[in-house]
Amino acid sequence: MSQSQTTLDEIIGKDYEHGFVTSVEMDVIPRGLSEDVVRLISAKKNEPEWLLEWRLAAYRHWLTMTPPQWASVHHAPIDFQDIIYYAAPRSQNDGPKSLDEVDPELLKTYDKLGIPLHERAILAGVAVDAVFDSVSVATTFKDKLAEVGIIFGSFSEAVQHHPDLVRQYLGSVVPVGDNYYAALNSAVFSDGSFCYIPPGVRCPMELSTYFRINARNTGQFERTLIVADAGAYVSYLEGCTAPMRDENQLHAAVVELVALERAQIKYSTVQNWYPGDKEGRGGIYNFVTKRGECRGDHAKISWTQVETGSAITWKYPSVVLKGDHSIGEFYSVALTNHRQQADTGTKMIHLGRNTRSTIVSKGISAGHGQQAYRGLVRVAKSAVGARNYTQCDSLLLGDRCQAHTFPYIEVKQPQATVEHEASTSRISEDQLFFCRSRGLSPEDAVSMIVNGFCKEVFKELPMEFAVEAQKLLGVSLEGSVG
Amino acid sequence: MLEIRNLCAEIDGKAILRGIDLDVKAGEVHAIMGPNGSGKSTLASILAGRDGYTITAGSVRYQGQDLLALPPEERARAGVFLAFQYPVEIPGVSNIYLLKAAVNARRRHQGIPELDAMDFLALVKDRVRFMEMDESMLYRAVNEGFSGGEKKRNEILQMTLLEPTLALLDETDSGLDIDALKVVSKGVNSLRTPERAMILVTHYQRLLDYIKPDCVHVLAGGRIVKSGGAELALELERQGYAWLGGEAAGVAR
Repeated sequence: MSQSQTTLDEIIGKDYEHGFVTSVEMDVIPRGLSEDVVRLISAKKNEPEWLLEWRLAAYRHWLTMTPPQWASVHHAPIDFQDIIYYAAPRSQNDGPKSLDEVDPELLKTYDKLGIPLHERAILAGVAVDAVFDSVSVATTFKDKLAEVGIIFGSFSEAVQHHPDLVRQYLGSVVPVGDNYYAALNSAVFSDGSFCYIPPGVRCPMELSTYFRINARNTGQFERTLIVADAGAYVSYLEGCTAPMRDENQLHAAVVELVALERAQIKYSTVQNWYPGDKEGRGGIYNFVTKRGECRGDHAKISWTQVETGSAITWKYPSVVLKGDHSIGEFYSVALTNHRQQADTGTKMIHLGRNTRSTIVSKGISAGHGQQAYRGLVRVAKSAVGARNYTQCDSLLLGDRCQAHTFPYIEVKQPQATVEHEASTSRISEDQLFFCRSRGLSPEDAVSMIVNGFCKEVFKELPMEFAVEAQKLLGVSLEGSVG
Repeated sequence: MLEIRNLCAEIDGKAILRGIDLDVKAGEVHAIMGPNGSGKSTLASILAGRDGYTITAGSVRYQGQDLLALPPEERARAGVFLAFQYPVEIPGVSNIYLLKAAVNARRRHQGIPELDAMDFLALVKDRVRFMEMDESMLYRAVNEGFSGGEKKRNEILQMTLLEPTLALLDETDSGLDIDALKVVSKGVNSLRTPERAMILVTHYQRLLDYIKPDCVHVLAGGRIVKSGGAELALELERQGYAWLGGEAAGVAR
């Protein structure tokens, strides 16, 4: 008994791979938050007056709010005056005109992370917008996308070049006062990605953003806005890493998706922020608001997430199903190991007629990991013929971890169909022994069983990401059972 | 091939095996019979490397190596195979995926190239036909929703793919109808060669009608109390364990 537990402990204990720090000169503002800081950020980004006013409104609203307490996570209160709200690689001051002007140290960082910038991007066929601390560093494939009318690049650029589009959609899905962290983000967001797919255009490649927190004591507050106009299609990938630090770092992003009539947006995330060490020191607080709105009839928004990182994850990618016959999907694998905590799930808000939603959530807890699925399915009176199917499974490794499920269902439409299934299981010693007696190492056995458990979600991921997710899951589990 | 000397084992402080001596040579088939609770399944489990037992004395040598020092996966790669009495279910993992992983783990150990998907598929389909199984079970999750008989057939399918040197069959015949028993026996007999050895743990003579053993041992109270040829099993079938007297009768009662 003890022998296999030790082996499993080893599997679950492997170190974080992306914990290196890049030494580039940074343009950093003093720590702390005030109206002046909001103005400073806006000025550094040369923003129009309306956007500054928008930020200030968010800031003033944020001052009246208190951090949410309902999540099933525990951490010391965050000192929001102890955070640096803007940090950018120095070379950005002059603005790189092309990849050649980007700090080579920075490019090396992305090389280490395996992000396809430069020629590598062409090989991989993925258009990447890379966000380093607060600013967007380089966007590949911009010209090729522009040929079909797709706008893809950093949020700051979009503010300069397409202010009307930004103004039309920014905050239209997640209003400034939506919640504590969304309000904070609205006040201080520094960069992120912007994407607009014109009517009837099918984006010819996967679009991708890679986020990395590098500087010490900084928060990362990126803002992503994706608009798929009528009949458009886009698949968007997001990946995240951070160096290892003893102190906690805050990541409070907002992602807004808008799908107009018959448009489809597929948004996939592989989140591998630094989770902290085995005793729970350090790590990223990942407090993120992600929401999509199916604004037109027959629109479809699909969230797929693989969450293996962060000390704390607080995240509920949601879909507002406004258009008739619109579809919302949420596929999630969340893994908590060591002292990680995750409170994650989704909201499906059915407003239109014959709207459909599917939720498949797979939670894996190992070590002292704490995990909660929190989901809301709301069917308004107007949503005649709405259907929801929810499946919520938890897998436990070892006997010191926890899994909780909090499904909220509010149905005001008597003809709606709402199904909820939930299960909890654990990897048994019998399963492990069976696999080992067939010649599989304990690591391979655990990884095979866990991947089997997650299969329904992985098959929703784009190919390259599915492979990465499987590997990540293997790595994140190293040292987990005992 | 296998030399067991004075093997003593306990679980949670309770002695289960109390001095087993057994020699199995290449090419031989040994049947181990005995009343419930005599330690038959424990012996098979210990040989395969299951956790939870404490070896208090004795040794087991397999092809000259100390078998008990090896973790279960290394025993498997060295050619030891246990057909489980209660095969476990692994939701989400397809049968074919497990089979391929197992076959290639063995091949890596033997230093021969791993089979690619096409070659493996050809091989596995051949064995599935031989075991008179439906190909669809390859794509179902391992043992999930399988009937008792399907699970046992699946065990023997794994055995015919892994081609073990030493096969341990733990009550493979229990819960099988007569047709399934014949197919399972066919699978087992197909692997009888001068290089291989098998240990069958069973309650019933019935299995031995199809797989004729070279030796039969009666295990009772954690010891082998009687050994003989195939005729011993017939004797047990007629008379039960009581005539053996002593511990065998004591445990049986």
